[in-house]
Amino acid sequence: MTPFSYARADDVPGAIALAVATPDAKYLGGGTNLVDLMRETIERPAALVDVTGLSREITVGADGGVVIGAGVTNTALAADRTIRTHYPMLSRAILAGASAQIRNVATVGGNLLQRTRCGYFYDDAARCNKREPGAGCDAIDGFNRIHAILGASPSCVATHPSDMCVALAALDAQVRVAGPDGERTIALVDLHRLPGGSPERDTVLDPGELVVAVELPALPFAAHSTYRKVRDRASYAFALISVAAGIELENGAIKDVRIALGGVAHKPWRAFKAEAALRGQAPSEANVRAAAELELADAAGLRDNGFKIELAKRAIVATLAELSGEQA
Amino acid sequence: MSIVENATQLAQGALQAVMKKAVELAPDSWIPGGVPDPLIQHKHGLVGTQVARLDGPLKVTGAARFAAEFPLETMVYAALTYSTIPKGRIATIDVAAAEALPGVVLVMTYKNAPRLNPTPAMLTAPKAIGGDQLPVMQDDRIHWNGEPVAVVLAQTQEQADHAASLIAVTYETEIAMTRFEDAKPDRAAASFMGAPMLIEIGDAEASLAAAPHSVDRTYRTPRHNHNPIELHGATLFWQGDELILHDASQCVAHVAWTLAQVFGVDEAQVHVTSPYVGGGFGSKTLWNHQILAAAAAKLAGRPVRIMLSREGVYRMVGGRTLTEQRVAIGAQADGHFDALIHTGVVAMTPHNSMPEPFILPSKSAYAAGSFLLNVDAVKLDMLANTFMRAPGESVGTFALESAVDELAVELGVDPIALRETNEPETNPTTGTPFSSRNIVAAYRSGAERFGWDKRNATPGTRREGEWLVGMGCATATYPYYRMPGGAARLTLTKDGHATVEIAAHEMGMGTATTHTMVLAERLGLPMDKVSFLYGDSKMPGVVLAGGSQQTASIGAAVIAAQNALFTELLKLAGNDSPLAGLKPSEVGGYEGGLCKLDDPSACESYVSILSRAQRDAVSVEAAGSAPLETQHWSMHSYGAMFAEVRVNAVTGEVRVSRFLGSFDCGKILNPKTATSQFRGGIIMGLGMALMEETQFDERTGRVMNPSLAEYHVPVHMDVPEIDVIWTDIPDPHAPMGAHGIGEIGITGVAAAVANAVFNATGKRVRDLPITLDKLL
Amino acid sequence: MQFTINDRPVEVEVDLRTSLLDLLRENLGLTGSKKGCNQGACGACTVLVEGERINSCLALAVQYQGRSITTVEGLSDAEGLHPLQRAFIEHDGFQCGYCTPGQLCSAVAMADEMARGIPSHVTGDLTAETIALDHDELRERMSGNLCRCGAYNGIVAAIAETYASAPARQEEAA
Repeated sequence: MTPFSYARADDVPGAIALAVATPDAKYLGGGTNLVDLMRETIERPAALVDVTGLSREITVGADGGVVIGAGVTNTALAADRTIRTHYPMLSRAILAGASAQIRNVATVGGNLLQRTRCGYFYDDAARCNKREPGAGCDAIDGFNRIHAILGASPSCVATHPSDMCVALAALDAQVRVAGPDGERTIALVDLHRLPGGSPERDTVLDPGELVVAVELPALPFAAHSTYRKVRDRASYAFALISVAAGIELENGAIKDVRIALGGVAHKPWRAFKAEAALRGQAPSEANVRAAAELELADAAGLRDNGFKIELAKRAIVATLAELSGEQA
Repeated sequence: MSIVENATQLAQGALQAVMKKAVELAPDSWIPGGVPDPLIQHKHGLVGTQVARLDGPLKVTGAARFAAEFPLETMVYAALTYSTIPKGRIATIDVAAAEALPGVVLVMTYKNAPRLNPTPAMLTAPKAIGGDQLPVMQDDRIHWNGEPVAVVLAQTQEQADHAASLIAVTYETEIAMTRFEDAKPDRAAASFMGAPMLIEIGDAEASLAAAPHSVDRTYRTPRHNHNPIELHGATLFWQGDELILHDASQCVAHVAWTLAQVFGVDEAQVHVTSPYVGGGFGSKTLWNHQILAAAAAKLAGRPVRIMLSREGVYRMVGGRTLTEQRVAIGAQADGHFDALIHTGVVAMTPHNSMPEPFILPSKSAYAAGSFLLNVDAVKLDMLANTFMRAPGESVGTFALESAVDELAVELGVDPIALRETNEPETNPTTGTPFSSRNIVAAYRSGAERFGWDKRNATPGTRREGEWLVGMGCATATYPYYRMPGGAARLTLTKDGHATVEIAAHEMGMGTATTHTMVLAERLGLPMDKVSFLYGDSKMPGVVLAGGSQQTASIGAAVIAAQNALFTELLKLAGNDSPLAGLKPSEVGGYEGGLCKLDDPSACESYVSILSRAQRDAVSVEAAGSAPLETQHWSMHSYGAMFAEVRVNAVTGEVRVSRFLGSFDCGKILNPKTATSQFRGGIIMGLGMALMEETQFDERTGRVMNPSLAEYHVPVHMDVPEIDVIWTDIPDPHAPMGAHGIGEIGITGVAAAVANAVFNATGKRVRDLPITLDKLL
Repeated sequence: MQFTINDRPVEVEVDLRTSLLDLLRENLGLTGSKKGCNQGACGACTVLVEGERINSCLALAVQYQGRSITTVEGLSDAEGLHPLQRAFIEHDGFQCGYCTPGQLCSAVAMADEMARGIPSHVTGDLTAETIALDHDELRERMSGNLCRCGAYNGIVAAIAETYASAPARQEEAA
């Protein structure tokens, strides 16, 4: 680990001031990803600004929406009664990730910004454009079972590993960030980037910008939502494919629907095409399968991950079947 | 290997063959175990009762001290830099930035490392235990991707790790052979433990072709890593020319001898201790880290602690190699095997001697009219592969027992019945009699308890919601081994306390607890009057905790020591004792003293014998008999493994919902710890079946998942309650009537799971692990 | 840096890079907490911070200044072993013993999480007020603690026996 300075921030402006004051500073949340990456010397910040003391509240608004402080731990968010009742897919997504020990310290902000599990990203003997722009990508022709089937580029085929973000993508979450130039709000689906030619940038955040909170708009039918994760062992493994979905039925037809996929792309993948195709349709297996086919029409497999295309379709069909069954 | 070495091996092989025949033909009574261990007849004693681990309180309070936890004054911490190419030479190595860091005490590379002899590799000499036979950091050559190229010593681990990351190395690369398929044209028949593996009995290919029913399939198993949770580590220092090493070891005497060869000192000048070992499974032998730490300690004149990172373990501690196996069985309509062919290819390196011997189970599992068994090996430029839990059998039984299941489907018979049909009367490839073989009984009791009769033989017929449910079974088998070298010191003090010292190991097998029980019973003492000391190379014996042989090795050594002790005690007792004139074979330990076996009233207590002789203690040392029993009889452990799996019809995910192991492994000495041994093996087998694979990138020869996050081993949620039963029939020819049971549990598991997956889905997966993509 | 470790105040100066695990093991001689991966993938380093379980290998010590930390050495007291420690011995919940301190600390905190009604991945009804510690809940919640020896059955039996009545106690309290 490269030496660094450490400071604990007392408030958001203070955190930004600290970060801006030191080149190569990084915000430190629970550290469950950053400390690991620093030990691997993939991350070498000169300064750590500890923001775990900031914004640890979950606030329910008058309209039913929820504001989640970026410092809220994964455990606290998953266990929150409002979230469990009104946004169960979010609780379930968080609980499907990592271990209790990690969820106890990992923060919402840190979860958003966790980095890929690509083995070539982690190994400094390998070529990786994300780690070293322009170096090349050894994953494209290497072990890529956990890699992207959607939105990948010749530069990068990595996936975003978060479960929580998949649910947030489905829930139309907004991310509130503060930076040297003030505050702004970014839709979660726009926070993470597709790799394109610059995979070294995971998100659209600018230097010094700090995630302050995540806002969940009121979405009554999200009370009928769930998260399904498919992985290589029964627990404590990253997703091969995951589906966050919520559905609202009216008169036997889909009035509204939210679907997002995990494990398929460089970002949590909101299935807009499938959603559009399903609105107004009966929730039949054939209709859902057709929507899934549409969503995955551009999917491309690599050496090891072609199976995910079919797996994603099946997972979508099974998840929506479960949800419509509950409401039937 | 040179021609000279080949010739020497051939000559040794010829001599061994003559000796082997003589031992096979000798009368039983000449052979160790020819007269059963009297302990087998003991009733209502300690042996066979549930005894909790004696080291339990230390382990649950964190007080048990592992290798990297010994504090030493002025100690420095080691960190390593690893090569990033598979083959070539170091062109430049820049250590200036590392050396300039605060706290750094030493940077060692091939340029300043002390001159060391090449490491004697395991199987090349009786006490050789190196993972490979390469010289360590002696020149600029790179032999595998991940080979250590520099050692940093610093005041703290943080400083050492940072310095190691700053060492800049450039390489001149050479063309490396890292692709299995590219190497296959150069495959060559392999030898294992000095003997060729080829067995040809009759014309198996012709019999196969002529058989009315047959299967002929190829099975593949990937590389595996042991992954004990304790990282490989050591704390060591030099005292003059003496090296003292607190190691995590399953072979302290071997490590001491091998390190002595490397450093050119006398074996007695290397002192290895290893009181607690956080799991080994074949990996806690001698690898570069102990050698490099000792060399750096010598150079720096400071004690050194080295603890590999998890990535470091993957880079420089070998694992199990990959296998590609063909199993072909030709059978008559009644199921009798006409031909059994088990051949294939494994990868190894030019500098080790471990061609994964996957044919071992096929040598004695079934009767057949003809046999063709052989292992070819190819040499790759990679980290030396090594022994991992049930080397040979774990992967060999996957292929063999999957093929038997496939044949049962082909014949339309129950797979257990098919196995019974081919039950051999004597070892089918050597003709030697079995010492104890009750596999049929194990199958019957296992099948009854598991509810095998509820299985529907037609695949894909049982479904619960999304889940397809299936059952499968397979045979587990592992040899009884006992290696030469077992010896023990037994000391009895005047207060009636007995202490046995033996350079054996406790990695969690329950060794210390179980052998305390055994010695207490042999001497007629309560357990609190018996101490079992182990894990120290200064103690007698060369006892490898491997090959499931430690139980027998300790058992035979303690028998010898007990005989020596009784001889001494009878001498001391003299003519004024009720024991006067008796021979050691006529007495036994009973209630704190010696008694005449057929007249329990003729007794004298140990306290009385020593006090009359005015002795504070009597101490004897004795070596176990030569392990000839393993050649006179065909000695194996067995098991019938039953799995119930659930396969998700949507996602292909496989979950094991029930598992039962029904074992035939001789007398079970301590049911509590034995159950854990069986379950532990089975769980590692579940990992092998469903998730374990070391991802070796064939372009670079580099392991790409050197991490417990990405190399999956089973977690709590993967493991159901595992039922374990056993025959408890003593092997009359083994010490205590017992077999070591550390490895039998992993064998047969992957096949039982694969066979259950077939029963659930109708899909036959012949490539491990059985991941969901293979079932979509 | 100041900490309270096993109810005792501790003051120690260490490198900012030092993890809580290395602080315990190398600076304070509390080697009961184990290093098995140093990357949050095995759980051997699990300790309690104000009663909550964390992976001490991924925790920078500097972040935990002023906090109260309990390690395996702090589970037992002058009166003897913690009931869970006794149950681990009785049910043979370990072989080599290396993952054991982490399993123990993890289980102690898990029982507390159950009592607080924190759900898990396998909890059927997320809105339920109490959750029963059944076989699946227990195994899922302990899945962050690997055991390569495969002592899982014994560990589960020990925890189940020790905390069988935990949810009931919580109801009484409520």
